[in-house]
Parts: sequence; structure tokens; C-alpha cells
Amino acid sequence: MLEAKVKKKLIAIVGKSRFSDTEEQRIVYSYDGTPGFQAEPDAVIRPASTSEVQQIVRLCAEHKVPIVPRGSGTNLCAGTTPTHGGVVMLFTEMNRILEVDMDNLTMTVQPGVTTLEIVNRAESEGLFYPPDPSSMKISTIGGNINENSGGLRGLKYGVTKDYIMGLEFVLANGEVIRTGGKLAKDVAGYDLTKLMIGAEGTLGIITEATLKLVPKPEKKETMLALFPDMESSAKAVSSIIASKIIPATLEFLDQPTLEAVEAFSQIGLPTSAGAVLLMEQDGESHVVYEHMEQMKKICEKEGAISVEKARNESEALALTEARRSALTALARRRPTTMLEDATVPRSRLAEMVRFIESTAKKYNVEICTFGHAGDGNLHPTCMTDVRDEEEMHRVEEAFAEIFARAIELGGTITGEHGVGEMKSPYLAWKLGDAGVEAMKAIKTALDPQNIMNPGKMFAKEARKRITVGGGSSEQVQRTGSV
Amino acid sequence: MSKSNVQEAFKERVDYEELMNCTRCGFCLPSCPTYIQTGGNEASSPRGRIALMRSVVEGRKKPDAEVEAQLNECLGCRACEPACPSGVNYGHLLEQARTVINEHKSYSLPVKVLRKATFDWLFMSHDRMQKLHRLRYMYERTPMQNVMRKSGIFKLFPGETATMERVVPPAVPPSELNEVPEVESAAKPAVKKVAFFRGCLMSTMFAETNESTRFLLKQAGCDIVTPKTQECCGALHAHGGETDKAKMLAKKNIEAFEQAEVDAIVSNAGGCGAGLKEYPFLLRDEPEWADRAKQFSEKSMDISTLLASLALPPMKLDAQLVTYQPSCHLSNVMKERGNVEALLGRIEGVQYVAMREKDQCCGSAGIYNLVQPKMAMKILDKKMSDVKDTKASCIVTSNPGCLLQMKAGVERENLSSEVQAVHIVDLLAQAVKNAETVEV
Repeated sequence: MLEAKVKKKLIAIVGKSRFSDTEEQRIVYSYDGTPGFQAEPDAVIRPASTSEVQQIVRLCAEHKVPIVPRGSGTNLCAGTTPTHGGVVMLFTEMNRILEVDMDNLTMTVQPGVTTLEIVNRAESEGLFYPPDPSSMKISTIGGNINENSGGLRGLKYGVTKDYIMGLEFVLANGEVIRTGGKLAKDVAGYDLTKLMIGAEGTLGIITEATLKLVPKPEKKETMLALFPDMESSAKAVSSIIASKIIPATLEFLDQPTLEAVEAFSQIGLPTSAGAVLLMEQDGESHVVYEHMEQMKKICEKEGAISVEKARNESEALALTEARRSALTALARRRPTTMLEDATVPRSRLAEMVRFIESTAKKYNVEICTFGHAGDGNLHPTCMTDVRDEEEMHRVEEAFAEIFARAIELGGTITGEHGVGEMKSPYLAWKLGDAGVEAMKAIKTALDPQNIMNPGKMFAKEARKRITVGGGSSEQVQRTGSV
Repeated sequence: MSKSNVQEAFKERVDYEELMNCTRCGFCLPSCPTYIQTGGNEASSPRGRIALMRSVVEGRKKPDAEVEAQLNECLGCRACEPACPSGVNYGHLLEQARTVINEHKSYSLPVKVLRKATFDWLFMSHDRMQKLHRLRYMYERTPMQNVMRKSGIFKLFPGETATMERVVPPAVPPSELNEVPEVESAAKPAVKKVAFFRGCLMSTMFAETNESTRFLLKQAGCDIVTPKTQECCGALHAHGGETDKAKMLAKKNIEAFEQAEVDAIVSNAGGCGAGLKEYPFLLRDEPEWADRAKQFSEKSMDISTLLASLALPPMKLDAQLVTYQPSCHLSNVMKERGNVEALLGRIEGVQYVAMREKDQCCGSAGIYNLVQPKMAMKILDKKMSDVKDTKASCIVTSNPGCLLQMKAGVERENLSSEVQAVHIVDLLAQAVKNAETVEV
């Protein structure tokens, strides 16, 4: 519970209608998109300006009240569950596109704007904002920046951080900083813009962002290939990249996912196939055409059972159906769906998928894998039930091994979902103790009272490190990646 | 009744397994009209409402006014269901929770009387619907209507009663209501035998639309059976938490239609059709009805779905832009989509133009626009701005509630001289008749 005087002062800042501590509001802002994590805030507040955010932060700093900034609550790392209570800060009143600058190809937005609005607005100006996390219809740009969200186009176009040119944010002491700007080049000091991206609200509160836009590609084409096994599809991926083609999307489904998709939607996918690759290329028409032809040949050469190119938009939609419905098909199997995002260098993709399969068997849990083949970002997805403690324990053990193996292969514990509360016990696995200490030093310097989204990123107790693979070549890989 | 009893009832009757199927991914949020209209209030979203129901079942929260207000604010449009990766049957959860609340609620006297009149008396009997229709016919034909309108008395009623009173279609002579024969033959060699579910409002207030429906069925080569003993579908009862009455009506209808051995049971109101489709869920606790309800449900379909699959005579209208406001329950519960648009494409002279976010509810939602007028009108105003952007002169609907709501929208925007709202079958029938005259 907030102290009465704190509540009174918060109401004085935003007015009665934008502050609430009713039971209803505390319950509905106690969770995000992460299964198994829930904690109620003491209150919910909706500032309408940077100045209001500043006043709220100063007041919370004075009374040591935690602040949890929250967009639409779709993240998958328990990044916005109010672990230590406090105030959930919503940006529903800061949801405007402030400017589209056609000379500099930038868009300036408030944190509460949805990703889809940004994409649509850019398109209406003949421009393109590429990051496309799967929750983009409702996720906010504030959330995307705080989690550094990825998406299907990551391989060719990069992720959220590649499109943030400047930020305005409020520090834990209430000061406002503006970083970067409409500049392709800016080396004035530390890159605080990049520091804030993916910081999950632990260093400050983002109140404005300047985004980079790019010209809209002229054409896009889609192709689907079926492979007899994971290895041949992975070889095709490597050959495509090796022949200097960077497709706009290069997605894969493993055999169990394929089976689940077919059982769910009955679109005639041969479940005997070992893997599916979905490829898209965009750009100038003749380049797209050439790339598609080349990719088709490569797939055939690597042993694809079939390669099908869409002739029009509706055919393209039909081909992408399997990938788009993957999560849906899996989510319907059991009450709880744990969607992870362990990531490896793409050359280790097949190896990682095989490891996930054998680990699932070892712990007797159901894990299907799909994801972004082009950038090695996998989505091992576990269908389970949070109420079954014994099974949840096995799921946790299985994922611990999967994370450990990903790191051994030169990968990471999370490619695009973030650390939040959920992955915090594993952070040191990826960074080493010295890495975590360096990050903690930054955190302590900027937020000495730990009021900015406390309980995230850094775990109270780190998980004991495990090794599953071993071998010298992997050691080299890991060292190389850090 | 004490709160703890309601809580117990929540635990027993609201499907906890289904509540747990919500993984809280938030994919439902952008599909929810009330979430959008409240400027992103999580409590006004499907995910938030499920969290509230769950908190009651788990004993974290009492089933208090906050919970009830959120359940009432929900349109029940079920647009969240196709958006849900986990396939959570939100509509069923909502109905279960509303039933519990309704059973334990002591309504104020006027509300009690109104609910009783609506649910127990009027919508339980086709005869009474017809009697009421006769009264309305008289009312329209005497100076009463003018006196009432001029007196401004409707302004005293809640919400948009005054607008609604103006937009209901004029009553057809009561004598015509009784003239629907039980068996009719197709206008050409029959390709199908169908049963017609006439609906209670459709067969009285919208009698002309039913007339058009039968006309089109015959033109499309369908022999028609209209069972006399059929009753209201019960959807209104089920949504209002009056499950027992809904079940009673469902059983009467199953019996009435079993006799007629037909290929399909056709309705022309998305809300009713969805009600019929849901009979297996409604009767889930009565195994002896399971098979019968299943067969009934599988045979029911919307008129647009049937017509889209059949050959129709030539159709022609004056050149015009037409847009379509789909019935939420036709799309989200019956899961029959795209047929109305396909039929519009078959009318010469009609150019179909899709409105932005056409799949969002218009705010009619059964009796929602009468009981939650403020939210309903906010939603309607947004809808009308999307309609206006299409520049269409005709808004096609597939459900009587949507039709009245769109008419009300046209009135509110002062567009009645430029834009008409019409049921799809009335437009199709008009197009067929028009093409005939042109040919002659």
C-alpha cells in the first residue's frame, strides 16, 4: 500500500482520473505475457507529459517507491510484472506520433504509440519501419525499445535498436536527458541511446523516441520449401547466405511443430517432412526475382522435397500460414505455453534443434521448435501446465540445459525477449560474473536507490552454472562471441 | 445472497480449465472495442476480464460491483476469439460468469419487471411477439405515434431510445405475418431442401426481410419448410444470464426442426444463427440432448453462406458504392465469413468497398446499445467515421441489431438523405426484382 501522503501527491500531479489503486486495477496490472509470474502493484498511474513523468519519478525517489513502466504488457520475460509492488506507469496518455520528417526520414513518437501505428504511418508516407515483433498489433514502441524487440525481418533489417536514432528519458533522480538525434553520425560521448535500449526500464523512463525510416521496398515475394530433415534445411540456409543473398525473412519449423500445425489447421502439409523453410525477399523487382530463383535452386540442390513460389498475394498468404499459425497450433495443445528464444550462430542451427529435441525427450517434456533460421534465433516452445509443479520443474531443468548449450555454441540465453525477472538467474551464464558486475555498476550509478523496475535483469540468486556439451571447439566459439 | 455464495458458484460454474488456457499473451487486446474505446484500460479487455474472473474463482477478489461492471461492459462480440492463439472460448466464460451473477442478483423493481417481461413473457412465445406486433401496427397507424414523437417523451428514456424509435422499420400488416406457409416449393427444379428459422424479431419487426429471404431461397432452387412450432433462438436469454430459459427454447427448436428432414437450417440474423450454433454448448450438461443438439448445430447456417454456394437469377442495381458491416456473431461464432461480400460482387452495378476495421463491432450487440448507451454510441461514432471514409451510399448488414444500429448511426450523422442501411437479403431481393423489370 502506498502511504496516504504519497497517494495524495501522485493525484496532485496527474489528477484523480489518471491515478488508480482500486483492487480491479491492481489485479489487471499484476501480469504481462509471461506465464507463471504475477505481482500486484500498489497503484497505476497514467502521466500525459514528460514533465509529469519527472514529477512522479522525483516523488517516488523521495519515498523509495518502485516504478514499473509498462506498454501493453505483451513481453515474455516478466519484464513488467511489478515484482516489488510500487507504481505501474502506463503510457496510454502519451501515445502520439509527434512528427514525420520527410527530409531526414525520421519519425518522432511518444512511448505509448503502437508498433502497428508506426508501421502504417510510415507506409502511408511511402516509407518503411522494419522491426516486426509478433505482438506488433498491440505492442508499444516504448515496450519495443525497453526490450529491444526483434521480429521476422531481423536478419536483413536488424532489430529495434537499429532504428532508434535518439531518445528522451527521465533518470531516477528526475533529470531529463535527450540523446542522439536525427543524425546518422554522432560520437559525442558514451552511446546512452543504445544503453537505454533493452535496459527494460531499469535505468530510466523513456518519454520520446526518434525512429529511423527507410524507403519502402518495391516488391516482395514468398516461397516455401519442405526438407526431409533439419540438417538439409540448415545446409540450405547456410548456402543461401554463403551465396551472398540476405533474404527479408528466412523462417523454419521443425518436424514436431509441422505436425502440430497440420493437426490444427489441416492445410495439407506433409508431416513426414523433417523441416520447413519459409523464405521472403523484398527490394527491386529484378533483384527479388533473381534471388528467388537462386534460393529455389539452392533448396533443390540441398535435397528439398518441394519448393513452392507464391504467384500472388493470396498464395503468399497461404504459404506463410504454417509459420503464422505455429504459435496458435502449439498454444492450443496445453494450458501453458512457454515461448523461449535461445539463439545461436546460424551455422549451429541444426545442431541446436537436435539438442533441443533430445533434451525434451530426456526430461519427458513436449518442446517444439520454430523460429528465425536466418539469424539463428530459435523459439523452443514448451507446452505444459503451470499448475503441475513436478512437470514445471522438469521444464525448467530442460530449459536450463538448452540455455547452457546455446551459450556453448556461441549463442545467448535470449535473442529478442529480454531478461526481465524470468531469465535473470541465467544472465551470468552469458556474461560471466565480471560482465554482470559491470552492468550492476551502471545500474547503481544511475539508480542508486533501485526504484527503476527493481527485481529485473539482476537476480537475487544466480543459478548454478551447468555444462552440457564441453569440447574445445565450442569453447573457442564462445570466447569468440563475447 | 451473500458474496461468498456467489464466489462458491463462480468456483463451481465458471470453467477454471478454460480460464487457465489464457496465457495472457495480449493478442486479443487490439480486437476488443471496449479496450480501444477506454484508451487501453486493461480491465476493459478480454485478458483483463479473464484475470478478474480468475481472481474471483481463486478467492483473491470478491465478485463485487467492479467485476460485475466489467462483465456488463463487455459487448460479447467475441472478436477476441479468432485473435486468441490459445483458442480460449471467451464467450462461454462470459456467459457462465454472467449466469452466476444474474442468479445471485437482486434487481431493482423496474429492472426486475422489465427483465421478466422481456425474458419470461415476450421472447418465450412466438404468439406474444405477434400480439405485440399488432399493437405496434396500431400505434403507427393512429395519431399516437406523432403525438408521442412530438411530446419528446422518448428523450426521457435511457440512452438512444429516441433514435431507435425512429429507425425501426414500419410494421407490416399483422395479417401478413400469419400467411407464411409451412411448406413452399422452389421457383425452379429444387436443388436443396431447407428449413427456415424465422426468428422472433425477424418474423415481426423485420417481416419484410423474412419475405425477401424466402423469395431468394425459392429463386435459388430451395424447397422451404418453416416449422410452425419453432420459438425464439434463446440467444438473448443466454447472453443475459437466463440460461434455463435459453435451454428450454433450444429444446423446443430442436424438436420442431427434427421433424423436417432438411439439408440445412437457414437463419438470416447472425445473432440468432450463432445462438443456434451454440446449442451443443448450451445443453452440455444434458447428455441425452448431445447428439440432437450437435446435428441441429451442424445443419444451421446463415442465409448468406447458403446463397453464396447456389446459382441465383441475374441481379442488377443502379451503380453504387456499397460497404458491409459484418455481424460479429456471424463472423466470430458461426465463423462464416466472406459470403456477403461474395454475393455483393454478383450484383451488377454494385461496387463493394471494405471499410477500415470492418470486423469491429458496431456497438449494437443485442440489447447492449440500450443498457450501455454511452459506450455503444462511442463505438458507433468511430464506426460511422470509417463508414464515411468509404463514401458508400449503402451499408449492408446481416443482423437486425446491426441494421438498427447502422440506421441510428446514419441518423446521428444526419446522412439519411445520402446513405441507406439495409439487410443483405433485402438488397439481393431488390436486385433480382430489378433485373427482372429491366429485362422485360
